[in-house]
Amino acid sequence: MSDGVLVAGEVTRQGLRPGTAELIAAGVKLKEEGAGSLTVALIDVEADAHVDAVNLAGVDEVLTIGAVPERFEAHVAQAALETLIEQRRPRIVLAGHTFASLGFMPAVAARGSHGFASDATAVSCGPDGIRARRGAYGDRLVAELEFPGKDTVVVLLREGAFEPAEGAGSAAVEAVALEIADRARTERIELRDPPAGDVDITAADFLLAIGRGVEEEEQVAEFEELAGRMGATLSASRPLVDAGWISRDRQVGQSGTTVTPKVYLALGISGAVQHLAGMSKAKTIIAVNSDADAPIFSVAHYGAVADLYEVADELRRQFDE
Amino acid sequence: MKVLVPVKQAAVLEGDFELEDGVLDRDSLDWQINEWDEFSVEAGLRLVEAAGGEVVVATVGDEDAEDALRAALAKGADRAVRIWDPVLEDADPLAVAHVLAALVERERPDLVLAGVQSSDAANAATGVALAGLLDWPRVAVVRSIEVEGGSLTVERELEGGAAEVLRLELPALLTVQTGANEPRYANLRAIKQARQKPLEVVDPGALGVDEVALETAAGSRLVSLAAPARGAGATLLQGGAEQVAGQIVEIVRERMAS
Repeated sequence: MSDGVLVAGEVTRQGLRPGTAELIAAGVKLKEEGAGSLTVALIDVEADAHVDAVNLAGVDEVLTIGAVPERFEAHVAQAALETLIEQRRPRIVLAGHTFASLGFMPAVAARGSHGFASDATAVSCGPDGIRARRGAYGDRLVAELEFPGKDTVVVLLREGAFEPAEGAGSAAVEAVALEIADRARTERIELRDPPAGDVDITAADFLLAIGRGVEEEEQVAEFEELAGRMGATLSASRPLVDAGWISRDRQVGQSGTTVTPKVYLALGISGAVQHLAGMSKAKTIIAVNSDADAPIFSVAHYGAVADLYEVADELRRQFDE
Repeated sequence: MKVLVPVKQAAVLEGDFELEDGVLDRDSLDWQINEWDEFSVEAGLRLVEAAGGEVVVATVGDEDAEDALRAALAKGADRAVRIWDPVLEDADPLAVAHVLAALVERERPDLVLAGVQSSDAANAATGVALAGLLDWPRVAVVRSIEVEGGSLTVERELEGGAAEVLRLELPALLTVQTGANEPRYANLRAIKQARQKPLEVVDPGALGVDEVALETAAGSRLVSLAAPARGAGATLLQGGAEQVAGQIVEIVRERMAS
């Protein structure tokens, strides 16, 4: 019989990923719901340095797995998680829905025939067993999932779904020796930093952001002109960057930049999860979209269901006055 | 070089959908090829054009999903395989990966190129789950691919715009990110010719996957669907474009002054 919650913390080049404290918060909640004791595993050469940061109130045990390659390697991480699950038989394994996790957690779940939900926004442990919620149909609906017959359920949580856990804990700390360092199956050739651009969208107080609603490449210049007129900096969602219409240093989102301006005016951005991850903390979000069901309206403070070109023309005229 | 590209006919939920007791009326759905798969198909075509070989596209889906396969055939894929059994309706990514693994065992490609995720479910899991079942090396979220002999050099996207260049041995699986290339369009002649290309329909049983195995493999079961709680929700700006713009100007000036 499986028991307990195992949180897979994430250490990046910048240190402990802030989302790890959110995973711990979810773990504390599951523990209170009766899922069993809460263990946090850190798989990284620098794991020891982050023990205090994950030893938060409610955590029973911190495991450090330090005998791994210096960089994150998906196959090594997979071997570590598989071994930990086999040894400890947790009822729930929590990890972030991050690029690193996506490289190995689905493999762990598939190979173990575990329960699995990715990009989950809620997880619970109750009389009906483990349940998770996630978006469906491009986040327009919410799906509730169950995991019948599964001893262990792997849940990848969307970042921001839980408030980070706080308060010092009194967990037992254990260094775990796993023979996994030789399980790497990729060799790193190079690490490339983001291309240095001439614009720093993180420094702007006012961002005008455009997305897929913009239909022609030539129109990007018009929006840049509008941004200039309004005193804003132009940024974009991924599709325009992928199309090569706008440079990558202006991309807001998970694989671009996270921004927190005073005002974020989104024109023709439907609001894919990856985009929302990069802008939902802006102080004031105004969204204009012709689709009343666009997910961006769920994070916007002000919304208008309107044609972006008509609104842009009016903005151009009124900012002239 | 033989490249297998699993694709998905993804659902688009129309504005006026019907949801009753947590069940969606499937007539509320439109279908289109998953956006990510446009890029994985293109990547496969380019590799085979350069090195010779074969591109096989495959999908787990009902007859409607053949549109995605025909589109890939029109662009230049050599043949297509559709795997279907009604029990696969609402199949989760692990069940789909299980079925695809059986196809990979049969086809024995050198490389599997999957999309990072699908535009409807966005699990971002099927490809890496498949690699796990095959015990193949893989890299997720790839934006460039080079083949040299028996090895691949790929660029993996990291958060925040950084990237990692990795080398790995074939056979391997990659999940391909949007923007990795410029997907081609098929011309009318190619679309017509694609109707003559082989499209095989198999049931999972023919690949050695029975219903019990599928049930064991599935990672979850759908309990219900609901419309999301929109939280406090946005304050709606009313009126025509002129009024909307006027209110935006006002909000911007007020917030920027504070």
